[in-house]
Amino acid sequence: MIPAGFDYIRATSLDHAAALLAEHDDDAKLMAGGHSLIPLMKYRLAAPSVLVDIGGLSELRMLETDGGVFRLGAGLRYRDLERSAELREQLPLLAHAVSTVGDRQVRARGTIGGAVMHGDPAADVPAVLLALEATFVLRGKDGDREVAAADFFVDFWQTAAEPDEILVEIRVPTRPGRSWSYQKFRQRSQDWATVGVAVQQLDDSGYAVALVNMGPVPLRATEVEQALADGADASTAAARVGAGTAPPSDVRGDAEYRAHLAEVLTATALTEVGVGG
Amino acid sequence: MRHDVTLRVNGVQTDDTVESRQLLVHYLRDTLGLTGTHVGCDSSNCGACTVLLDGLAVKSCTVFTAAADGTDVLTVEGLASDGEMSPVQEGFRQCHGLQCGYCTPGMLMSATGLLLDVPEPDSDEIRTGLEGNLCRCTGYQMIVESVSWAVEHGGVGAAARSHADRAAAAGLR
Repeated sequence: MIPAGFDYIRATSLDHAAALLAEHDDDAKLMAGGHSLIPLMKYRLAAPSVLVDIGGLSELRMLETDGGVFRLGAGLRYRDLERSAELREQLPLLAHAVSTVGDRQVRARGTIGGAVMHGDPAADVPAVLLALEATFVLRGKDGDREVAAADFFVDFWQTAAEPDEILVEIRVPTRPGRSWSYQKFRQRSQDWATVGVAVQQLDDSGYAVALVNMGPVPLRATEVEQALADGADASTAAARVGAGTAPPSDVRGDAEYRAHLAEVLTATALTEVGVGG
Repeated sequence: MRHDVTLRVNGVQTDDTVESRQLLVHYLRDTLGLTGTHVGCDSSNCGACTVLLDGLAVKSCTVFTAAADGTDVLTVEGLASDGEMSPVQEGFRQCHGLQCGYCTPGMLMSATGLLLDVPEPDSDEIRTGLEGNLCRCTGYQMIVESVSWAVEHGGVGAAARSHADRAAAAGLR
């Protein structure tokens, strides 16, 4: 499968990339690892006339903690993240989740920023960043703006980023010593999640629960979170997971099956983080 | 748009002019004639097109040649050193790690990439490490045994080692 023709341009800096986006308006698309975009281009679901490669920009490879917030450059590859001892210590949920993305070859190319900007509800990273209450730093012609993950994912493959904005950084509050769980169900090892459930303990009594592939965007299971805040046990809270979801029906399972899976995986995750049965 | 690209492939510098949309796997096969790298699914699932790119196993059906300008590539044709198969290649021969052979070049490159990161994987780590490569013949058991054989007989071999060392020296792996 060969993509439609386009002009490939390797950006030499973020400013260069921004200038190229401004120059080509809606016809240009950013690419980092290309592992979401190139398949779409092969299937002709995407046909940008200009492809701006930002995969090599060192400006997008920041990885540091700063006063309780982990700052991640959007160009970090899954491989970089899963191999970071600091990330495993400070944000074990994220470090674990990225190690389950695709396979080793995919993780050598794919980037965390690419996953965010692609906005696929079946992907691991968007839901996990939602559970971690991350914010995204978008750079546009008027400067930087920060958008919460909760406001970022708008619809299937659609985000709040404008066409001329570049995701430069992901900021994630660290939760030292707090428990977490990521439950991902898939039929074969390298498959996308049929359903995934991410749980992060936020404080002494509060949990964030986020769902993969249970609607057109990654979702917070707010009724589960409320039940936990009210003192519900794991199975009672998990029974509320269907509220507000709209699971797809496809080759990997119908909506009813996904709803069942979500409840089972949520109960498992809650038990794992220490919520009583 | 056309691009002048310079790569190093199996230790030899290549200079060519390519179209923006050309994929690395087609450059290797059609321009350089290195047909050991196979096209399987063409959608980054099966791993038959796996090569080492600056020391990391990647799927060459999902990399544009223009994006690989300036990189160092090792394909299955470059695994042997001085006419001797690498331990990974020899392991597949000793343990019968193939039947039809279609997935084998990708398996060899993926296994080599795994051993560069994890020099002594156990069988579970080998299975997980090769999850990006599909085989429709063997049921995988003998592939896992082949990689274990390589672990016990010298690992990745000299060609892959020097390729990875160059990438490490350049801060790329």
